[in-house]
Amino acid sequence: MKLPKARVSRPRSPPEVEGADSENGRPDRREAFSRKEPGPRKPRFPEASRGKDSAVSRFIAFSFHCGLFLVIPASVLIFGVKARMDTLILICVILGLAAVMYRMGMARALRVGDGTRPLHSTPVYHGLYVALWCVIPSLAFLLLWLMFEPAIVRGLVLASLPDSVLSGPDGQPLSAQRIQLIYTEIGNVANGLVPVDSPAALMEASAYKDRLHLLGNRGTWAACLAIALGGTAWALSRITPVLRTRNKVESVFRAFILMCSGLAILTTLGIVLSLVFESLRFFAHVSVTDFLFGLHWSPQTATGPDVSKSFGAVPLFAGTFLIAGIALVVAVPIGLMSAIYMSEYAHPRFRAVAKPLLEVLAGIPTVVYGFFAALAIAPLFRSLGEQLGLDVSSESALAAGVVMGVMIVPFVSSLSDDVISAVPRSLREGSLGLGATKSETIRRVVIPAALPGIVGGVLLAASRAIGETMIVVMAAGMAARLTANPFEAVTTVTVQIVTLLVGDQEFDSPKTLAAFALGLVLFCLTLIMNIVALYVVRKYREQYD
Amino acid sequence: MIDQSFHYEGVTGHPRLPGRDIKFSINDVNVYYGPKHALKNVGLDIASREVTAFIGPSGCGKSTFLRSLNRMNDLIDGCRVEGQVLIEGEDIYAPEVDVVELRARVGMVFQKPNPFPKSIYENVAYGPRIHGIARSRDELDGIVQSSLERAGLWKEVRDRLDAPGTGLSGGQQQRLCIARAIAVSPEVILMDEPCSALDPIATAKVEELIDELSGNYTIIIVTHSMQQAARVSQRTAFFHLGYLIECEQTDVIFMNPQHPLTQGYITGRFG
Repeated sequence: MKLPKARVSRPRSPPEVEGADSENGRPDRREAFSRKEPGPRKPRFPEASRGKDSAVSRFIAFSFHCGLFLVIPASVLIFGVKARMDTLILICVILGLAAVMYRMGMARALRVGDGTRPLHSTPVYHGLYVALWCVIPSLAFLLLWLMFEPAIVRGLVLASLPDSVLSGPDGQPLSAQRIQLIYTEIGNVANGLVPVDSPAALMEASAYKDRLHLLGNRGTWAACLAIALGGTAWALSRITPVLRTRNKVESVFRAFILMCSGLAILTTLGIVLSLVFESLRFFAHVSVTDFLFGLHWSPQTATGPDVSKSFGAVPLFAGTFLIAGIALVVAVPIGLMSAIYMSEYAHPRFRAVAKPLLEVLAGIPTVVYGFFAALAIAPLFRSLGEQLGLDVSSESALAAGVVMGVMIVPFVSSLSDDVISAVPRSLREGSLGLGATKSETIRRVVIPAALPGIVGGVLLAASRAIGETMIVVMAAGMAARLTANPFEAVTTVTVQIVTLLVGDQEFDSPKTLAAFALGLVLFCLTLIMNIVALYVVRKYREQYD
Repeated sequence: MIDQSFHYEGVTGHPRLPGRDIKFSINDVNVYYGPKHALKNVGLDIASREVTAFIGPSGCGKSTFLRSLNRMNDLIDGCRVEGQVLIEGEDIYAPEVDVVELRARVGMVFQKPNPFPKSIYENVAYGPRIHGIARSRDELDGIVQSSLERAGLWKEVRDRLDAPGTGLSGGQQQRLCIARAIAVSPEVILMDEPCSALDPIATAKVEELIDELSGNYTIIIVTHSMQQAARVSQRTAFFHLGYLIECEQTDVIFMNPQHPLTQGYITGRFG
């Protein structure tokens, strides 16, 4: 469908222009490979003409190519005998080879474009085509090999073991776990960690494993290089003037970007699935209702039959929302007011300085906020509270929330600033033209018009606040307490996930699995908030169009 | 061929209207955008309760002049106005003048319909609410209804006053903006190319409306369409390159222009 169109749409230079260009010594690129009459002395293409000009440079290029062809396989043989060669080096070699093949493909395209027919694609695409044939099959093979090598080696090594090793004293075959243990031991021997009492059979097997690895390694090098060179040769042999390399390269590029986006989606999917499956394992120990609606959280003491009663997540979510709520109470007014000032009142020169400064807040690592909260703000609140006769804990939700609020101010202000600036000037003029003052215009027209966008910004900031860990660890403490009092220490979901997973833990106890369940619920909450935010923001876009 | 490098200054003097009821009296107004001298020594009188049209090629300063009549130019950075603009004898650029009050007296309708993203009712009620004109909800309802009626929109929207104003058609939106402007009972309505974004039928309706309103309001309209100026206005001022070239009865301007530039413009030789 596309092809003939592409060909037709490619304009040909008028002949008189071609002639003029060539005489100026600036041969038109298009003319070089779509030229119909065979001009014996005219340079067909700048690259080609350069080669013709200097026999020396041509000779150097030729010997370089030959050198690569000879040196690489030779080096494989020489060095490969002595030691394992790094896969990374192999990849570099293949890429280097591809760069050379790119030039060869271009040169070949110019040679086959003998002037009787126009080339379908520019020589660059022929070069890319050859280079891709050099890289893709060999790297695909390498990838497959790296994926299957361990299984193949394992099978071969285990097959080589005498039956006496693989069966127990009673003659029964060993369980899969025991066999895995033996194989790990072989690996340890092969890595040089020789246990004192390893039997001779194991030593032998590990030596065999070493040999297999070396062989596999050398084989990979040889096979990859052979595939790269073979692919190149095939591609080079296929180059004709009518070969549609432009379209082929285009489709490879399409496949490549598809893979990239697919990878991102698959990663997300993988994270979600791992959360879901680990959570299912957790819910085998603890009932869902106890987890979601239980009021008591103390995983450290979870033992006995009522293990379920120690995993009530309500205090954690209450703490999370308390701190996030305090953060929003701080961040929304400050962020919104500064956004209004920046977009409506500030002199452009002040704005140019102040806006980046405000956004620096977003760039401060949360750890730094954390010790700012723990060392400066929390004691301050505590002493203030003492003067007012309030009992403020030295680790309080208030301190964590206020500092977190400062942290998310730039989210609110930056996004609000954008949407406020996006409110059309005509609306402002309409309001001012009716005799409204500036602040009336902002309150009654600009803010309502920008409100959906502002809400979107606030929701994004809220997601950020809910997911924040570091500040809470440092300033709000670890005590899971169900309270609405901001002066007390509370804890959040993310903090508990960290404490559950830090240190030496078995990964199948309810205690560690609880982390995944918490993560899943948190993920769902922030996902819902983000979806709402996106929906609101999209709705905002439709407002004026 | 018209010599456009002709020195215009003081060509026609300042057109005065002795013996008429004068709304605006403008003396030697100069407007600068930064270093650019956009409007040069403009002076004229504008009569009450009639339609005055400003015509001229793009960039001639007619919109700038219109916006200097209710100080909308204040909103533009680097804009400076010199000279005297008297509304019923008071200088609107005097330091003691309250811009907010001035803009309530001198309303404005813009080139592109700009209803607020609120309901039709709220759009019209916006001005009265801000100025505290209505003392009760009933009174406000009355103002909204009469404004919409005078803007010729009442019959079309009375069943959907709560629908968003942005959902109306372009012509309806512009009439809504006119209703919004007359809801604060201004003395003057400035219109900056009010029909340039409308189709011919909507344009005809707006022109009809302008005609009806001219009995009660002083209307100043900037337009690119000479036919429109001829249809709706009683007086026409022709601007060129920041100068006021000629200001006369509309039929005089179109039938018997005095200045060769005016002649050239209305016959389509440039512009």
